[in-house]
Amino acid sequence: MNWEQWLLPAILLSSFIPGIIIFALPEERHRLRTVLNLCGSILKIVLILVMDTGIYFGYNFEIRLSLIPGVELLLNGDPLSALFATLSSVLWLLTTVYAIGYLEGSPNRSHFFGYFSLCVTVTIGIALAGNLITFLLFYELLTLTTYPLIIHRGTEKSLRAGRNYLIYAFSGGAVFLFAVVALQTIIGPTDFTGAGFSPSFIDTHATALALIFILLIIGVGVKAALVPLHGWLPQAMVAPAPVSALLHAVAVVKAGAFGIIRIVLDVYGPQNLLLLGVLPLLAAVASITILYGSIRALQQDDLKRRLAFSTISQVSYIALGISLVDQPLAVIGGLVHLVHQGLMKITLFFCAGNLAETLGIHRISEMDGVARRMPFTMAAFSVGALGMIGIPPTVGFVSKWYLGLGGLAAGNWWVVLILAVSSLLNACYFLPILIRAWFGKQQGPWPDELYSGRFETRFMLLIPPLVTAFIVIAAGAVANAQISPLAWVRFIVRKYGL
Amino acid sequence: MNPFQLASPTWMISPIILPLIAGLLCFLLNRRTFAIALAAAVANLLAVCFLTYQLLLFGPMRCHMGGWQPPLGITLRSDGPAVLMLLMTAVTGLAITVYARGYFSHRILNLRQATQHQEQQRYFWPLWMLLLAGLNGLFLSNDIFNLYVTLEIIAIAAASLAALSGKPASQLASFRYLLVSLLGSLTYLLGVVFLYRSCGILDLDILQHHVANGPGIRAALALMSIGLLLKTALVPLHFWLPPTHANALAPVSVILSGLVVKGSFYLLFRLWFEIFTQLITPSALNFMGTLGAVAILWGAVQAMRQHRLKLMVAYSTVSQLGYLFIAFPLSRIDESIQVWSIVIFMALGHACAKSALFMVAGAVFLHLGHDRIKDLNGVRASLPIPVFAYGIAGVSLMGLPPSAGFIGKWLLLTSSLTSSQWWWALVIITGSLLAMIYVFRVMSRFFVIPEDYSVTTSAPLSPLLEWPALIMALISLFLGLAASWPMKILATGNTALTQVFPGGLP
Repeated sequence: MNWEQWLLPAILLSSFIPGIIIFALPEERHRLRTVLNLCGSILKIVLILVMDTGIYFGYNFEIRLSLIPGVELLLNGDPLSALFATLSSVLWLLTTVYAIGYLEGSPNRSHFFGYFSLCVTVTIGIALAGNLITFLLFYELLTLTTYPLIIHRGTEKSLRAGRNYLIYAFSGGAVFLFAVVALQTIIGPTDFTGAGFSPSFIDTHATALALIFILLIIGVGVKAALVPLHGWLPQAMVAPAPVSALLHAVAVVKAGAFGIIRIVLDVYGPQNLLLLGVLPLLAAVASITILYGSIRALQQDDLKRRLAFSTISQVSYIALGISLVDQPLAVIGGLVHLVHQGLMKITLFFCAGNLAETLGIHRISEMDGVARRMPFTMAAFSVGALGMIGIPPTVGFVSKWYLGLGGLAAGNWWVVLILAVSSLLNACYFLPILIRAWFGKQQGPWPDELYSGRFETRFMLLIPPLVTAFIVIAAGAVANAQISPLAWVRFIVRKYGL
Repeated sequence: MNPFQLASPTWMISPIILPLIAGLLCFLLNRRTFAIALAAAVANLLAVCFLTYQLLLFGPMRCHMGGWQPPLGITLRSDGPAVLMLLMTAVTGLAITVYARGYFSHRILNLRQATQHQEQQRYFWPLWMLLLAGLNGLFLSNDIFNLYVTLEIIAIAAASLAALSGKPASQLASFRYLLVSLLGSLTYLLGVVFLYRSCGILDLDILQHHVANGPGIRAALALMSIGLLLKTALVPLHFWLPPTHANALAPVSVILSGLVVKGSFYLLFRLWFEIFTQLITPSALNFMGTLGAVAILWGAVQAMRQHRLKLMVAYSTVSQLGYLFIAFPLSRIDESIQVWSIVIFMALGHACAKSALFMVAGAVFLHLGHDRIKDLNGVRASLPIPVFAYGIAGVSLMGLPPSAGFIGKWLLLTSSLTSSQWWWALVIITGSLLAMIYVFRVMSRFFVIPEDYSVTTSAPLSPLLEWPALIMALISLFLGLAASWPMKILATGNTALTQVFPGGLP
C-alpha cells in the first residue's frame, strides 16, 4: 500500500466525510457547517492538484476492489479524469461559497449541504472511474444525490420537476446498464485504457457493437441533455440557483458529456468507431441539439430557462468535437469546452441567482437598466455572455476556434456552418439582454427588492461570479501558456496518441 | 468424538435449540421476555458466525442426530447456501428483536389500550422465537420429512403472529394465511408420501443419487413444488400475501416479508437444483421464469397503485420474489452454478431492504397514526432517520449499485444475455424502473413541505424504532461492496463453483 493508491479514496472522502457530519449537525450550527464545507472543498482541491502534478510527472494512481468475478470497482487517475476532477472541485468551492450566501436564513440547510457534499463526491467519482461499472455506479448515485437538491423547496412544482428528472435519469441509467452488460458479454471486462477493445471483435460482432454504442450514448445522453432526451433540464430550473449551477456546470450535464468522451475515447477507441461508422450519427445528434437549443433559448423570457436551453446547446459542442475523433483539433476543441462551458455557464447562473435574490428579477423583460443597480454582477454576466457567443479573448472563442479548425481540417464545412449559425443565435439571445441591462431605462421599481446595503448584493454572492468571470477572460488570454485548460487538453490528446 | 471440539458438527444444533429454549422460557416465565429473546438472538448470531467460521475452515459438514446414520437417523447439514441463509436470518432476526422491543414499548406507553398491547407482546416473543427455531431448522435440515416438520412449525407460528394485531381485517387475513399455509404444507406432505412410496428414502443426500425418472417421483416433485410455491406467494398464488403482510403488526410484517417467504423458496430451490435436477425440463424452468416475470411486473404495477404504505411495500415483495424465479430458466447454460449466487444475492438484499422498509412503515404509522400515502407530507422533517433508511432501502430494491440487489441483477442480466435470452433482461430492467416509480412516489411525499407546517406534537420515536431500520438498509446497500465474502462462503466446498471461476475466488 502506498500513497498513490490512497490518494484517490482520500479525494472522495474529503467531501464525503464532511457531508455525513453535516447531515448529523443540528440546523443552527451554522458556523461549524460553513467551516466543514470550506475545509472539505479546499482540501479536495489541494489533493486533486497533487494528483494532477503526479499525473503530469507520470505517476500511476489506481485502486481496485473486486466484488464478484467480472465486476470490479476501479478508481484510476488519468489526464482526462484530472481535467474533469479539477474543474468540478474548483467550481464546487465557488458554488459552496455562493450557496452559503444564497441560503442564509432559509430552512433545511444541513440537509441541503449534506446532499451537496455527497453530490460532489459522486461527481469526482465519475471523473475517477476507471471502468464502465464504476462509472455506472457513480452515474446512478449522481441521480440519487441530486434529486433531493432539485426538490429542495418542497413545492408541488419542484416535485414535478424532480419526478421528471428521475424518470429521465433512471431510464437512461437502465439503458446504460443494459448496454454495459451487453458490451461486457461480448468483449469481457475492460478498463479505460485509452485504446479501446481489440478490432477483431468488429469482425464478429459489428452490428451488436454499433447498437450497444447507440444505447450507451442514449444512456449518458440523458444527462448530457442531447435532443430529444433533454426534457428534464429546463424543468429542473425550479431548483435554487446554486443547484442550477451544479446541474449545468459542475456535475450532472457535465457527467453526461464526460461519459460520451469516455465511451468514444476509452471504451470503443477512435479506430474502432471509425470502422463501425457510427460517429456521423453522434455528430448529427450533436448538431441538431446545438441548433435546437439555441432556437428554443431565443423564445424564452424567463432568464433561467433561457440559460437552460443555452446549456443544452453548448454542451453539445463537446459531443460534436468528440464525434470528429479523427481530427485532433476538433477533439481538443470539444474537450476544452468541457472546462470552458462550465466556467461561463456557472458565471451566468450565479448572476441570474443574484438578480433573483437581490431584486426579485426572474424575467428578461424586467431587466431594463439593471446594470446601473448591480454593475459588478452584470459585468460578470456580460463576460459570460460574450464568452458564449465566442468573442475573443474569452475562453468561448478558444473552444470555437479549435472546433472550427478541426472541422475545416477534415473538409467538413458543415461544422463551420453550424458553429457560425449557432454563434449568431447565441448573439441573438444574449446581446438583447446585455443591451437592456446596460442601456435600457429602469421601468418602475424592481419586482421584489430584498437587499440594500453597502455592496450591490451580499458579499458572498458577489465574489464567486467575479472570480469565474475573471477566469473566463484569463484562461482565454493565456490559453497558450504552460498552465491552462488548453495546455492540459493538449497533454490529454497527446496521451491518447491522436 | 468429543462433541465440543472445534470441528464437531454437533454445534449445528445450536441455532435450532437456542431460540427454542428461549421461546419456552419466554412463555413460561412471562417476565423479562425481551432480555431472554435478545440474548437468544445474539447467541444465535454468534452461533451462526461460528458455523460460518467452521464452514470456511473445514468445509460442508453433516451432523447425524443422536449418532444414528441415515437412512435411519435424521441429518443436519451446513453448507454455503444454508449458512448464508442462516446469517441472513440471524442478522435480520436481531434487528427485528430490537425493533419489536421499541415498537411494543412505544405502543404500551403512548396509546390507551395498554393492556391489549401488553397481551400482544406476551404472545409475540415466544411465537417469534419458535419461528426463528423453525427457520433455522429449515435451512439446516437434510431430511425431507424433517423439512415438513419445520415448514409446519413456521406456518403455525407465522399465522399466529399475523393474527396478533386483533383488528378484524388482520383476523380475516391471518385466518386465510393459516389455511393457505396448511394447504401448502399438506400438499408438500402428500409429495413426500409419494416420494417415500417410490424411493423409500428421506435423506436428501441419498435421495440425490437415487432419483429415477418415474411417474411417482414426478408427481411427488409436482406436489411438493406446488405446496412450496403457494407458501412463497409466486403469482398467481400470491393473493394471500398483501393483506396478511400489510395488516399484521409492524415487527410481524418484517418477519413475514423479510424471512418467512425466503424459507419456503430456499427449500424449493434446493429441491429443484440439487435433488431432482434430472427431472427438471427446460419447459418447466421456462414456466417458472414466466411466472417470475409476470410477478415482477404485476407486483410492481400493483405497488404503484396502492394508497397505503404498508400495502405498497407488501406488493413490492410480490414483485421482488419474481426475481428469484426468473433465475430458474437462466440456470440452463450455467448448470445451476451461477444461479445459486444470483438467488443468494437477491434473497439477502431483499431480506435486508424489505425489513428496513417495513420497519420504516411501522415507524411512520406509529408517528402519524396512519399510513395513507397521500397524507405523508413533511415526514422527512420529523423522522429524518427513517426517511433516510427508506431511501437507501429503496435504492436496494431498485437494484442500483452498490447494493446486493445490483449484484443479483448484474448476474441475472449477464446470464440472460450470454444465453441469448434477452427477453428476461428486458423484464428485469423494466421491473427496476417500475420499482423506481413506486419507491419515489412515496419518497417525494416525504419531501413535501406542507403549507401549514408546524412542529408535530406527537411523542418522539424511540431510537430502537429508527436505528434497526437504518442499519438494515445500510447492510443491504453495502452488501454489494462486500460481495466477495458471500461468494467465498457460497463457494466453500462447492467444487463446481471453483471450476467456473478459475484462478481462485476473490
